[in-house]
This record gives sequence, structure tokens and C-alpha cells, in this order.
Amino acid sequence: MKVNLKVWRQKNNNTAGKLVEYSLDNISPDMSFLEMFDVLNAELIRKGDEPVAFDHDCREGICGMCSMYINGRAHGPQTGATTCQLHMRSFSDGDTIVVEPWRARAFPVIKDLMVDRTAFDRVVQAGGYVSVNTGSAPDANEIAIPRTIADEAMDAAQCIGCGACVAACKNASAMLFVSAKVSHMAVLPQGQAERKIRAERMVAQMDAEGFGACSFTGACSVECPKSISLDHIARMNREYLGAKLTSENV
Amino acid sequence: MKLEAKIPEGPLAEKWARHKFGLKLVNPANKRKYDIIVVGTGLAGASAAASLAELGYNVKAFCFQDSPRRAHSIAAQGGINAAKNYQNDGDSVFRLFYDTIKGGDYRAREGNVYRLAEVSVNIIDQCVAQGVPFAREYGGLLANRSFGGAQVSRTFYARGQTGQQLLLGAYSALSRQVANGKVKLYPRTEMLDLVVEGGKARGIITRNLVTGKIESHSAHAVLLCTGGYGNVFYLSTNAMGSNVTAAWRAHKHGALFANPCFTQIHPTCIPVKGDYQSKLTLMSESLRNDGRVWVPKRKEDSEKIRKGLMKPTDLKEEDRDYFLERRYPSFGNLVPRDVASRNAKYVCDEGRGVSKTGLAVYLDFADAIKRDGRKTIEAKYGNLFEMYEKIVDDNPYETPMMIYPAVHYTMGGLWVDYNLMTTIPGLYALGEANFSDHGANRLGASALMQGLADGYFVIPYTVGDYLATIGPADKVSVDSPVFKQAEQRVQDQIQRLLSINGTTPVDEYHRKLGLIMWDYCGMSRTEEGLKKAKKMIQELKAEFWSNVKVTGDNEEMNQTLEQAGRVADFIELGELMVDDALNRNESCGGHFREEYSTEDGEAKRDDENYAYVAAWEYKGENQPAVLHKEDLVFENVKLTQRSYK
Repeated sequence: MKVNLKVWRQKNNNTAGKLVEYSLDNISPDMSFLEMFDVLNAELIRKGDEPVAFDHDCREGICGMCSMYINGRAHGPQTGATTCQLHMRSFSDGDTIVVEPWRARAFPVIKDLMVDRTAFDRVVQAGGYVSVNTGSAPDANEIAIPRTIADEAMDAAQCIGCGACVAACKNASAMLFVSAKVSHMAVLPQGQAERKIRAERMVAQMDAEGFGACSFTGACSVECPKSISLDHIARMNREYLGAKLTSENV
Repeated sequence: MKLEAKIPEGPLAEKWARHKFGLKLVNPANKRKYDIIVVGTGLAGASAAASLAELGYNVKAFCFQDSPRRAHSIAAQGGINAAKNYQNDGDSVFRLFYDTIKGGDYRAREGNVYRLAEVSVNIIDQCVAQGVPFAREYGGLLANRSFGGAQVSRTFYARGQTGQQLLLGAYSALSRQVANGKVKLYPRTEMLDLVVEGGKARGIITRNLVTGKIESHSAHAVLLCTGGYGNVFYLSTNAMGSNVTAAWRAHKHGALFANPCFTQIHPTCIPVKGDYQSKLTLMSESLRNDGRVWVPKRKEDSEKIRKGLMKPTDLKEEDRDYFLERRYPSFGNLVPRDVASRNAKYVCDEGRGVSKTGLAVYLDFADAIKRDGRKTIEAKYGNLFEMYEKIVDDNPYETPMMIYPAVHYTMGGLWVDYNLMTTIPGLYALGEANFSDHGANRLGASALMQGLADGYFVIPYTVGDYLATIGPADKVSVDSPVFKQAEQRVQDQIQRLLSINGTTPVDEYHRKLGLIMWDYCGMSRTEEGLKKAKKMIQELKAEFWSNVKVTGDNEEMNQTLEQAGRVADFIELGELMVDDALNRNESCGGHFREEYSTEDGEAKRDDENYAYVAAWEYKGENQPAVLHKEDLVFENVKLTQRSYK
């Protein structure tokens, strides 16, 4: 098949970017979207042009590295999938495809389609953990956790930290990402000791990073490759309010 | 050079306890005077960095990804073994040890493997305390499953995302130490050289992947937790960025590389589709618990299926060959990975493979769905079936899945002693980057176990012994000539790559190398093929250095340049793998030499002559590597020929 691409090219964070057009013939419908970019880059390199920079690593939908905004949607037209899991069979012969980086103030562009998501790491550093030193854990079966609770924690914990939620949100809010971590630990017995301080600190860090407010449109959950539920945002709001009302901390 | 493995004396079960007591301790107040570099933030790296920081050491952690949470440990699906015996089915530390030694075809050290089994139970405790949401029974206690042919249920899992959840646990512990100021993180930073002075590891040279800046980092000890080298085959289940560069450059400074030819080919991967293919996707081995592997009995039927003239579901039961069940009645579809892979290759070589390429076999769930109902199968494997459908565009509930073996894990790696120290004092290798625990073949659900064992429960003890010996003053400044020279070496190599300005993209060399390795140093190897491969790799190397095209420059984000450096190292490693495979005149585990097999195609191990670790010393550019042998001593297990019949 043949595709026309409009790809965001930006040399670095200090230079203005623009959409550049490319067209590719002989694309197989079985190619992944990133493999189509490999073909484009090989052509560019042969011509002596700079290949398009983009983040990718595992190419099986779990590392959270790939991050393309395709035809106005985070990770493209499929739901419940990352960019690397998108195949060209999702497009039609002759389609024009617009590819941009994640757009959010808290995710500055590094180059082309690559953005800086270290803000997410800093949010986790603010409290996304249980404080337990290596070696000090009790036997794993000492605390029974009902299966429904374990499943609920797992639903939240499977977030891959890709940032599609932020990219999809008109406010560039990180509520889905942050709430998934808060929720994962709030439902587990292991997370109880730091439950309040965790919610307070992670929300404070989220705000400090410049992510926008949540207006609950639900776009984040729709575009999330792991289909993380909006329920977690509701839970985080409750956790945060409860923590604030009785706060001795922040 | 004499290889001192430093395996402690005494009965197997007491070795580690005795050894720990004999190790020197660093006074709590002195720990802050020591700096430790950790390269890589996967299970081994993140757990080591977090645990060492908790003890009070100053840690610098490096990864090439944009966040430590993305290391490729995240992709492990199936689970993690531990000898908890929660299922009351006869598991024990000794049984896990025995299974691992036997599964590794008796090419691993007894002492190391026993220690691994011993600390496995602590890993599960630690992970649960961190909030890792392992699967549970309705009573709230942890669930287990049997995995990869084990006769007991000792595998803990978190849906099909166990690696992800364990890594996020380690990442959260690491993040806590970053917040505490005990770990400094360097994401998007790649190690390009090791600095050795006075015979000891003193630090590393890195490239900031965003700015291109070359930087020196000095420390008392350097830990390489940089994973395996499966991407030498180009197509593998590894992440695109997984590479051997850190380990290889350490090797060039004197760290011996052990058993490089021991690579694991995983039987259940999604088959290759076209030339554009960039990576292979693994389907968890757990699928073999319920799926039945088959190909048509007759070549003609396979041909019809390949041409689309017949559907696999149309083929009658008696026309199907369930070749694993037929050849290995007692283990059936659950034979170890190397055996399953090789047999899939055999039936495809006979022309009985399916899919358009003829390089695939079926993994059929029809019987399991009939027996347990679609709902049960969906609950067990739903996400895997979904993944398969996304990639292949075919519904595995209705048509049998197609699978083919792919490179998955590398058992070889930097040689380390019992303390995980390489042959360069102060330089350690953890996790997949070292060679020590899996022998010639790794069992399923054991990689996660080893990465976390090394990081959480081994290195915190052993690194202290070295640090206490050298003292806090024994450190070299980044302003010293040895660091400056190393920086210059790195700069020179980068300039050399940029100045070739040939015509061929890096990718193409990588693909060519991969094909050579897969054809001649893959599932099945011969002396003739290996000799041919060696010559081809040397020619490829010469061509690479005269005709590769690297665009852009150093002072920016330049993914082509990163890749060029990695492929250059893979080419050199490829040659060493071939040398190692040529040297090992036996078949064991993942290393199968056709000359050393029985009449019905089973491996023939040679314990008399090859029960040793082959550790290779680098002797300079285009010089033959020198072999050093560490004899493997077995006092607790009797060496038997593996039989899964």
C-alpha cells in the first residue's frame, strides 16, 4: 500500500518545528506502524537526510516508550494498544497520516517525535512506593489479600507510564497516571501506612510539574493502552480529600 | 590467569551462610564514603541500586531508556520461581536447585545455583511487601502455577505481566532512594567505556543521549546490570535497544566473557512475516500448559495449508502429528525450551511447517477449550490471545495459533566469581549480563528470580567485602589522565563512525549479522557452518567499518549513531560466539552441534571433556581470544543425560 505522511520535525527543544511531508510506496499491511517508520528512516538515511527521531524499545506494548500522536489520537486509531502494536492494516491505501509528538507543557519535545517524560518519574519519587527496605519483609502469605482486592490493585498497577493519558487530555492532565499508582497502593494492605501522605505528595508533585487540571472528560481512559478505568481518578479524589482534611503533613 | 570461582567450602546448604559470615562488613557510618555505579535499571540493576542505597552507599544509576521503569525485564510474562512449597507438592530449595542444575544441562556451578534457590523465597516476600499484586486464590493467599515443564507448582505470577510488576516494584524502591538523595539517576545515558586503573575498575565514560556530551563518572565499584546480548541475532524477543556494549567494552579491558555460545531459543514466539520485521514477539511459555503442538503428518497437507487451499481445522485428528507428545510421552508439550525449539525446527526442515514461510508449527487450544470451556482459557490466556490476534490478524480461539522459535535469552555473559565480581576487581556483573546460574539452558520463570536474587540478596553482601578491603580513599578522580584518555578514546570512536560516510544504513549490517548468526550459530550448529560464519563475520566487519552511513553529528540526539556503536560491538561478539561454539565439541542445552548427537537427533553431552566454563580473554583487535577453563565440580548431583522421553 501507499501512504502519505505528515511528520512533526523539530531539531531540538530550542528550535521551532514543522510538519514535513513524505510518501511511501510498498508498505505491507502486516507491518507495524513503527516498522513503517523504520522503512522511512532507512530511505532518509540512504539519501543522506536525518532520520525521524522517535522513542521505542520493547515493541510489544509493555515498556511504554513509544509515543506517537497519530491523526489526532494518542497511539493512533486503535483502542487498548500502544503505537508499536498498531499495524498498517488499520489504514487504507493512499491515506494521509499526520504524526505528532505528545503535546503537553510537562513533556517538552526533545527532538521530532520524542518528548521528555521524566515528570512522571518525579511524581513516583514523591511517594509512589511502599517504604520497605530489602530484607525486612514478612512472609509473603502472612497477610491474606482477597482476590478481588488483588485484582483491583493489578488493574491499576498495569499502567505502563507512556503518557497517552496526558497527550489525549485537552488540559494535559496527568490524573489517570497518578491515580493509577495512588489507587494500586491504597487498596492493598501494604500501602496503608503511607496512604495519606502518598496521595498528598503525589498530587502536589503532579501540580508542580505543570500538568493541567482534570475536567473528567474521560479521553485519557479511552486512549489508555491498558484501558485504565476512570474509577481510579474518583478514588484518588476521595483519597486526596480525606488526606487533606486530616493532614499533618504537606 | 587462574580463574578463582571462590565457591565456599562446606556442605551445599551451608555455603552461602558461611560465606556471608566470612565477608568483611563496612561500618554503617562509613558506607556514605563509598560511591557505586550501577549500569542498567532492569530487575538486577534497580534492585541492586535500591538495596545498596538503603544500606547507605551513594549510588549513581544509568539507563539508556527515558525512565528506569522501561528496562526490558518489563516484558517478561510468565512468572518467577520460588521454593516456597506453598502448594504442598514436594518443592524445596534442593528441588529448585536440582531442577535448575539439570535444566541447565550441568554447565552451571552448584554453589551459585543453590544460593539462587535459597534466596528465591525472600524475593517473593520482598516483592509482596512492595505491593506487587501477584495472583491470589479466593482465600487471599498467593496462587502458583506449574511452568516450563516443572513437576511442581512454584511459579508466582501477576497475570501475563509478571516482569512488569516486579520491575515496577524494584523501580518504586529505586524511586524512594532517589527521593532520599541516595541514588542519582541518569536516564537517556549510555555507558561507552570502562575506566580501569591499577588493575581495578574506577568508573565509566558515558554519552548523554540527548546532548551527546561525553562524561566521566568515578566510583569505588561498578556494577554492570545490562542484560543479555540476544540482539546479536537482530531478530529476537529483546527490546530494540538491548545491547552488549557495556559488557563488551568491559571485556576489552580484561573482563573475561564466559560461554558466549549458550543462547536460548524460545519455542513459543510469533513467526516471522517479512523482511521489514524488526522484532519477534514471545507468547508466554505458560501456553504450552494447555496448548498442543502439532504439524500435519504429510508434507502435502502442509503445502496445501501454506498455499491457503486448506484450513488447519479441516485436517483430521489422525492426519496430525503431535510431535512433542509422540517423541516425549512423559513430558509431552512441556519439554524444556531447547528441546521444544529444536523439534519445531526439525519438522519444518522436513517440509511440514505451516504459515506462508513454512517456518511455523501449530499450538492448538481446541482440546483445552473443549475440556475447560472458553471462559477458563480466556481467563488464563486472554491477554496473550489478544496480543496474538493484534499481530497476526487471526483468532486463536478458532484457528490454532502459529508459533516458531526465536532468540530469547543468553545464558552466557561476563564471567563472575561467587561474589559476582568479574576478572576486573571492583567490576561486577548481575542478572542476565553474567553467566553464572543457568548453565547451557535456562528454565522458565528463572530469569526474574536470578535478576532479583543478584540485586536484592547477593550484591548487598558481597560488594561490601571488596569496599572494606580497598578503603574509601582508593578512588580515582575524573580529572586524572586515565579518565581523560578514556574520554578521548570514546570521542575518537564516535568521530570514526561519523566520518566513514558510506552508503549503507546501520540496520542493514545488523540484519546481515543476524542472519549469519541464526543460520550458523542458532538452534543447530556444525563445524563447517561455524567456520563459514567466522569468515562471513570478518568480512562484514571490514565492510561495516568502510561503508556504514551514520547521519547527523555527535552533539545532538542521534539514534543512528547510538545504533552504529552497538552494532559494531555485536559484530565482534558474534565472532567470539562462533569461536566458543566451535570450541565446544559437544551438545548441551541451547548449544547443539549436529556432529555430537544420537541417531534420533538427541543431544550428546561430553562431561569428560567439556564439563567446564569457557571463559574468553580479549587480546586485541583482530587477535584470537584466549580460552581459560573453569572446571565445574559436581558434589551433590549425579550427572545424567537429560531425558524427557
